[in-house]
Amino acid sequence: MKIIIGQGSCGIASGAKKTEAEFKRLLKEKKLDAAVTIAGCIGSCYLEPIVDIINDDGSASRYVHMTADKVEAVVNKHIIGKIPVTKYLISEAGSAFLTKQTRIALKNCGEINPEDINDYITAGGYQALKKALFEMNGDAICREIEKAGLRGRGGGGFPTGKKWVQVRSQQEPVKYVVCNGDEGDPGAFMDRSVMEGDPHKMLEGMIIAGIATGAQVGYIYVRAEYPLAVHRLQIAIAQAEESGYLGENILDSGFSFSIRINLGAGAFVCGEGSALTASIEGLRGMPRVKPPRTVEQGLFGKPTVLNNVETFAHVSYIITHGAEGYRKIGIEKSPGTKAFALTGNVNNTGLIEVPMGTTLRTVIFEIGGGVKNGKGFKAVQIGGPSGGCLTEKHLDMSLDFDSLSKAGAMIGSGGLVVMDEDTCMVGIAKYFMNFTEHESCGKCVPCREGTHVMNGILDDIVNGRGDMGQIDMLMELADTITNTALCGLGKTAASPVVSTINEFKEEYIAHVVDKYCPNGSCKGLKRVEIIEELCKGCAKCQVVCPVNAITGKRKEPYKIDWAKCIKCGLCLDSCNFSAIVEK
Amino acid sequence: MKLQDIGSQCPCEAQNKFDFAELDLFLEKVEDMPGNLIVILQQAQNIYGYLPREVIAYISKKTGNSQAKIYGVATFYTQFRLQPIGKNLIMLCQGTACHVSGSQDIETVICDELKISDGETTADGVFTLNNVACLGCCSLAPVMMIQNSVGEETYGNLTKEKVLDIISQIREKEAKEA
Repeated sequence: MKIIIGQGSCGIASGAKKTEAEFKRLLKEKKLDAAVTIAGCIGSCYLEPIVDIINDDGSASRYVHMTADKVEAVVNKHIIGKIPVTKYLISEAGSAFLTKQTRIALKNCGEINPEDINDYITAGGYQALKKALFEMNGDAICREIEKAGLRGRGGGGFPTGKKWVQVRSQQEPVKYVVCNGDEGDPGAFMDRSVMEGDPHKMLEGMIIAGIATGAQVGYIYVRAEYPLAVHRLQIAIAQAEESGYLGENILDSGFSFSIRINLGAGAFVCGEGSALTASIEGLRGMPRVKPPRTVEQGLFGKPTVLNNVETFAHVSYIITHGAEGYRKIGIEKSPGTKAFALTGNVNNTGLIEVPMGTTLRTVIFEIGGGVKNGKGFKAVQIGGPSGGCLTEKHLDMSLDFDSLSKAGAMIGSGGLVVMDEDTCMVGIAKYFMNFTEHESCGKCVPCREGTHVMNGILDDIVNGRGDMGQIDMLMELADTITNTALCGLGKTAASPVVSTINEFKEEYIAHVVDKYCPNGSCKGLKRVEIIEELCKGCAKCQVVCPVNAITGKRKEPYKIDWAKCIKCGLCLDSCNFSAIVEK
Repeated sequence: MKLQDIGSQCPCEAQNKFDFAELDLFLEKVEDMPGNLIVILQQAQNIYGYLPREVIAYISKKTGNSQAKIYGVATFYTQFRLQPIGKNLIMLCQGTACHVSGSQDIETVICDELKISDGETTADGVFTLNNVACLGCCSLAPVMMIQNSVGEETYGNLTKEKVLDIISQIREKEAKEA
């Protein structure tokens, strides 16, 4: 019997370590023979901690919300008595979250022990590397990746095969493979999950990229905010070296490849290629003018393949199953699958992977289980600070690179933040602009100054100091920044503002004309209201109001003149009948 | 960083305050590594908890990078600190998912309870609060990570009560140790 405890960052934060300790304690105390092992995140983060028990006959039982206090019951009934504790088992709906997905990058996450290379090999790992080394050459690999139509999963969707071919054709003896694990996009965590749950798959993809392009050194640039991912990558690299899959003369093929880890130091802009390479070189992570492109002069001025974690995690599948096999999944122009981080006001939060071309409706309502607390769906923010929002009318749109950019959004790294009817879209636009202003590296004027001015205007709007002219000004600035900024961060910085103005202009108008936030979430626009039915007409509030904004006749409901009100809140405290509320 | 903070005192005089033995070992290890400046600063921060002026001067002398260049890098990245921090670093996630799940309210609770704001340290040196971009635990939003000498722990699905409880537990622990 084997007990597998899901230990991604999310599982650990939900108490998986305590669950593991409790299992170990009880097994020892009762002298039971069962192996306790760990796995990465299966994706159903809302059900963590998740524990799988593999019975002796090979069948598996999955327990969810397995906090330490439930362990004793499971040990007594299931491990000793061989009868599963039904009430803690995953529900049908919970299983459906997984069965409706198609997994390539996340396939092993939550299934295998990420700290044991043998688990990965048993699951078919490093077979693609062997095929690439002994049955193919660099040209053949590049061709296969090109034919498969793999496009970069980090945001832009650039054809990976084309990139590899360009690097391969460079006449430089020294080339590099760089893996972008600087997943700075707030609301996305698929790369973290791959690095924590299946690090070898990513390493295998990088080594194959090395064979394909003639590079011998790989760098993984990973965020310092992901300590567990770094730890597991270090273990994976050490084990791969020990087993001969990495290092000098891999599997006696004559090909050598080594991988180093570089920790990011917290700068969102380092997700941009030239900024990332500058950061690995120990410099300020600022993008530069292109050309020359990274494929020509990247890291240390040498030709560089730069792909993100998820993209590398697709490589071994393509090599094993061939381009044809890969193209069976997804749609013509965007083959394969895409992982999405489903978060925000949605019932089943977590990580999902679906074929490209799946509709938003399937993702949010079938897999995600709909909007939390039975509220109405308002919008979904896709692609983080570079993306846009999609609304009701986009629900049946296909999720792929091209349809999304047509709709003014982008797939980005795949963060899907669901927002319910109570979310203020102006507030969301402000949130993203604040983020981008903060993360702008300051090198080019349009981005540095433009995001600052746009953020200032949005600040005026959410605090009741805006006017209609400012909405036009936002659009004008957005246009200028998009067309003149140096790098991707700047070019897409205005997207959340533009898409919310396009889709929810009435909310902006309410903020600037009526000085009112329809969703009541902008603190600067809170209104104090007197509930007529509760007001006894005692005049207490009128007496305390310092600006004479409250008027009325005794024994009749009083009224507040919002134009005069300074929102001091004195009237709220003065009322004995709870008739005054802040909305 | 103001100019006078950097250069008001000759760093050579104050260098004795710090023990450079551990840093020296590391400097030797990465001597030949290209682009090693960020790695060195990260290690220095691990050793000293922040990047003291004296340490930057020392790194400059040892590596041949000008102090201006080192400060340029150190102030560019949010990870680096030029001031010491408290024993427990609260990293409060302000990612999108946390934002729509009420991370601002959580920030208010922490600020009111500890009487500090973002980037500040409590007078007793027990807590420092830092808002961070995204911790990647979006499904448990709102989330914070607390880092101390033992390691780091992530707390999810935060509520006002939960946060106050976590803070009081750490306070108790610190009081016991003191």
